[in-house]
Amino acid sequence: MDLVLEILIAVFLVIGGIFGLVGSFGLIKLDDAMSRLHAPTKATTLGVGGVLIASMLHAYAYEGHLSWHELLITLFLFLTAPITANFIAKAHIHRHETPDSLPVAGEDLKWATHDIAPEKKKSDSAPTDRS
Amino acid sequence: MITYATYFATACFGLGFLMNLWKIATAEGVGDRVLALDTMVINAIALMILYGLSRSTEIFFEAAMIIAMLGFVSTVAYARFMLRGNIIE
Repeated sequence: MDLVLEILIAVFLVIGGIFGLVGSFGLIKLDDAMSRLHAPTKATTLGVGGVLIASMLHAYAYEGHLSWHELLITLFLFLTAPITANFIAKAHIHRHETPDSLPVAGEDLKWATHDIAPEKKKSDSAPTDRS
Repeated sequence: MITYATYFATACFGLGFLMNLWKIATAEGVGDRVLALDTMVINAIALMILYGLSRSTEIFFEAAMIIAMLGFVSTVAYARFMLRGNIIE
């Protein structure tokens, strides 16, 4: 087998493993709940991406054709990781923060979790808290 | 060389898996547990891919794909449960 390809696969595997370990370690190391959100959603996703690229190259080296399953999984993980992070952050704001403890949103409206949408505010019929 | 790199990556992700289990057991809030579960799903995907790589089979990719989809759906369902108190209104 080609030595360059072998070195490339090994490097991708090692980098992916280190990123995955850092992401999981950051989950138990960091103090604040919102900074804990950074480690798994960014570092671990990158680590899995490295492992999947290594697996793609491995299939190319041993069977002679690139396999596209891994690229599909990589794409799916890279698409869904921000969405899950957004959902968890929203749930955290909803449960643990009040409108006074948050920084200013920088617009006319307040944070979306706490504020009523403008068109609903005019009719003044929508309930603020649906929990 | 690839064998040892695979061992290293498997050890890293297995250690991360154990850390997530520890976090799930000792977290103080629901949000942390959901986050740790999401990370655990990602680590499980990586472990399955690494096992398939060391065995040179392609069966595990489909399994990893299904686990990725189910992990995403379960995390969204947990987050909605935290937000609203029920999942399907």
